[in-house]
Amino acid sequence: MSAEAHYTPYHPRWYRRRVSVWWWLQNRAYAGFVLRELTSVFVAFFAGVTLWQLRTLAQGPDAYARFLACLGTPLFVALHAVAFLFVLFHSITWFNLAPKAVVVRLSGKRVPDWVVVGLNYAAWLVLSGAVALIVLRGR
Amino acid sequence: MPRSITPFLWLLFSAGGTVAALLFPIHILLTGLAVPLGWVNAPSYESVLGLVRNPVARLYLFVFVSLPLFHWAHRFRYTLYDGLQVKHLTALIVVFCYGTALAGTVMAAYLLWTIP
Amino acid sequence: MQPAVTLRVTRYRPEQESEPTLATYEVPYRKDWVVLDALNYIKDTLDGSLSFRWSCRMGVCGSCGMKVNGSPKLTCASFLSDSLPGPIRVEPLDYFPVVRDLVVDMSDFMRKLKKVKPWIIRHDERPLAEGEYLQTPDQLDAYKQFSMCINCMLCYSACPIYGLEPSFIGPAAIALAQRYNMDSRDEGAPERLEILSEHDGIWQCTFVGECTKVCPKHVDPAGAIQQYKLTGAIHWLKSLLLPRGAR
Ligand code: SF4
Ligand code: FES
Repeated sequence: MSAEAHYTPYHPRWYRRRVSVWWWLQNRAYAGFVLRELTSVFVAFFAGVTLWQLRTLAQGPDAYARFLACLGTPLFVALHAVAFLFVLFHSITWFNLAPKAVVVRLSGKRVPDWVVVGLNYAAWLVLSGAVALIVLRGR
Repeated sequence: MPRSITPFLWLLFSAGGTVAALLFPIHILLTGLAVPLGWVNAPSYESVLGLVRNPVARLYLFVFVSLPLFHWAHRFRYTLYDGLQVKHLTALIVVFCYGTALAGTVMAAYLLWTIP
Repeated sequence: MQPAVTLRVTRYRPEQESEPTLATYEVPYRKDWVVLDALNYIKDTLDGSLSFRWSCRMGVCGSCGMKVNGSPKLTCASFLSDSLPGPIRVEPLDYFPVVRDLVVDMSDFMRKLKKVKPWIIRHDERPLAEGEYLQTPDQLDAYKQFSMCINCMLCYSACPIYGLEPSFIGPAAIALAQRYNMDSRDEGAPERLEILSEHDGIWQCTFVGECTKVCPKHVDPAGAIQQYKLTGAIHWLKSLLLPRGAR
């Protein structure tokens, strides 16, 4: 067909395809993977918010009130709503993959994956409840 | 001697990921949504400060900020690296990511140390 | 029942063309046919020049891996009936150089496989007179899953990191390293850890997890790599805290 094909018999002429920059849009699994990795951006965002909170806390009641007012603006509420969804996605993927990375053995037998996952979720619930109790225990 | 600190950074990544997975949803829900939207009464300045004065709470907050930042640094680094195929910028990305995490850690330590 | 199904097959004939092209074939539909049967039908009756690898047609030799409708599959285990009404897209595995049509060059994988020393390493071989090495069912269980690998390379074709970073040792080779590490008869774990801690080893992996999903033998290479990372990290801590030799 095409004349530009220079082929010497018995010498392989491999075809190699380059990976596209958009490889992560190629299928749903890859897109999910990149989404999972991007949850970390919202993790960092909220770590930043916490730093900001600590700073205003150190500066005094006025600064802290301004911080709270800022969090009440639609922009921050929207950001936190998105951050919450992403972090939730992080938690779920993290717990579900945990038994793959850490194999627990009890007297030589591998503890089934669902037990490890279940323990993660249980710890999650208990800790979340404890945090809510302590933070909201308005004094 | 250990040849590279990659395993250590991976440990920080894992620990941070676990902290974020267990604790971030509830904190974002409370601080970012429930309080600003008035679902619950905002704890007063004094009560929050009182809480943060507790040494255990300080340690908690330090871990809460620092480890997840390293978690982010690790993931974000590889996402940039693989997602954008910018091999030539590796050094810059590494400095930016882990540098930010380190700065956040230092800042958290400083703030928690100085809060009266 | 539909009488025929269309296959869209990638052709690459290096003596004729410099880029792969697409060929379309109609094959009769049979309920009990797999994609490999359809390819053999094409080769036998429509176009004898179509090239592809296969041998056992029962999922044990690992040579018939191709992409079927975009995901890496053993074509001998992919029923036409799962992809109705068609057309069914058949392509060579991703990330490997294509030699011809659906045949890829696997020497990169073979090189990597050898690199991780997938055999039992002993400091001292026990004399034959002392009998065999005994193993309990639990000890067998520790590595059995990783030993099921048939070297089909579907996991490589599913791994974007391998595509982006061709030096990455990759899922199956690491799972097989782990297979020997976990074997109670083996003493080679430190050697392999040394090799896999290098730049192109375990730390390249970002746990996309697709290798595990496409593996026809449930080897779970993604799990193997993460477990290996944990081992590597613990080893790192030990080497930091403990004096040499105490490890
Ligand atoms: S790990 Fe699974 S997918 Fe990978 S080569 Fe082995 S059998 Fe094939
Ligand atoms: S032909 Fe052997 S695995 Fe498919």
